Amino acid sequence: MKKGLMFEFLKGLWDESPTFRQLLGMCPTLAVTTSIINGFSMGIATSFVLLCSSVIVSLLRSVIPKEVRIAAYVVIIAAFVTVADLYLKANFAGISKALGPFVPLIVVNCIILGRAEAFASKNGIVPAFVDGLGMGLGFTIALTVIGAIREVLGSGMLGEPWVIMILPSGAFITLGLLIALMNVIKDKTRARPAPACPLACPGCSPGGVS
Amino acid sequence: MDLVLIFISAAIVNNFVLSYFLGICPFLGVSNKLDKALSMGAATTFVLVLSAAVTWLINNLLLIPNNLPFLQYVSFIIVIASLVQFVEMFMRKFTPPLYRSLGIYLPLITTNCAILGLALLSALRNYNFSQSVVFGLAAGVGFTLALCIMAGIREELDLAPIPEPFKGAPITLIVAGLLALAFMGFAGLISG
Repeated sequence: MKKGLMFEFLKGLWDESPTFRQLLGMCPTLAVTTSIINGFSMGIATSFVLLCSSVIVSLLRSVIPKEVRIAAYVVIIAAFVTVADLYLKANFAGISKALGPFVPLIVVNCIILGRAEAFASKNGIVPAFVDGLGMGLGFTIALTVIGAIREVLGSGMLGEPWVIMILPSGAFITLGLLIALMNVIKDKTRARPAPACPLACPGCSPGGVS
Repeated sequence: MDLVLIFISAAIVNNFVLSYFLGICPFLGVSNKLDKALSMGAATTFVLVLSAAVTWLINNLLLIPNNLPFLQYVSFIIVIASLVQFVEMFMRKFTPPLYRSLGIYLPLITTNCAILGLALLSALRNYNFSQSVVFGLAAGVGFTLALCIMAGIREELDLAPIPEPFKGAPITLIVAGLLALAFMGFAGLISG
C-alpha cells in the first residue's frame, strides 16, 4: 500500500505528467505562461480545484448514478473553481486580473475531469488525494518551467529580448520543443512510443461525455 | 459597423485558437484530416452561436437581475452541457444525415474551452445580445479556419521526414506556433 501511494504520487510528476505526456489542459498551459508567477499561480489554482474535486468525487463515487456522472463531476468542479476565483479576486487581485478568463476556464480543464473519471471515481479517498496531489504538482511544475523559459528569454534577462517568446507563437514553440526534449530523454531511458493523441483523455474522448 | 469589427477581430485578428488559446484540445486532436476538421468546425460553430445566445439570456435576464453573478460558472457549464446534449438529440431525431456526419463530434464540444470561454468573454465585455451572437459566430469561423489550415498542413506533414522525437504532438505545436506568427500579420487590421 505504501509503495502504491508513492507510485500514484510520482506518476503525475514524470511518467504521466499531464502536460508533457498526456497533453491535457493545453489551453491554460499555453495561455498564461508568459511569466513564472502567472504559470505558478495557475498551477496552484488548478491543483486546488483538482485536489478538492478528486476527494469529493471519490467520496461520492457510490452515490452518483453512472448516467449523469460527467454532469455531476462538472458541477462539483465548477463549484470549486468559483471558490478559487473568488479567493484570488479577494486576495491576489493582480494575479486574478493577469489570468483573466483562464481562472473560470479551469472548469473545462481536461486534467480535472480526466482524473475524476479515470481515477477518483474508481478509488478510495486517500489514493484519490495522492493522485490529485501528484498530478497537480506535475502540472504546476510544467507551467512554472514553461513560464520561466518564456519570461527569461522574452524579457531579455540574457541580453537581447526575444519578443516572440512572450507572444502566442512562443508558447506553442516552447511547448513543442519541451515535449520533443522529453521524448528524447524518455527514449534514452526506456523505449516507449510518443504520447498518444490528446483525445485519449476520458474527458475529451467521444465516449466520455454522454 | 460595430458588429463587423467584432466579427473580424474574433475570427482573424484575435483568432480564438491562435491568440486566445481556446479550443486547443480539438485543435491538436482532430486536425489531422481536412474533412474531419471541417465537420468539427461546423459542429463547434453551431454550438458556439447557440450557447452565446442562451448564456447571454441566462446571464442578463436571470443572474444579473437577481444579483447572482457568482453562479455564472456553474450555470454556464450546465447550460452548455445540456445544450450540447439537446442539440445531439434534436439532430438525431430530425436531421439524421447531419447527425451522422457531425454526431460523434458533439459530445467533445462540452469540454471545448472555446464555448465556455466565449460565454465568459462576452459577459466580461458586456456585449449586448446581437454582439454576443456575432461574437459566437466569428469565434466559430475563426476556429474552423485555424482547424482547416492546420489539417491541410498536417496532411502534408505525414509525408515529411520528421525527426523521431518531434513526431506527433511536438511538430504539431511548432507548426501551430508558426501559424500563430503568421496570423499576427493581421494585427494592424484593427486598432484596439
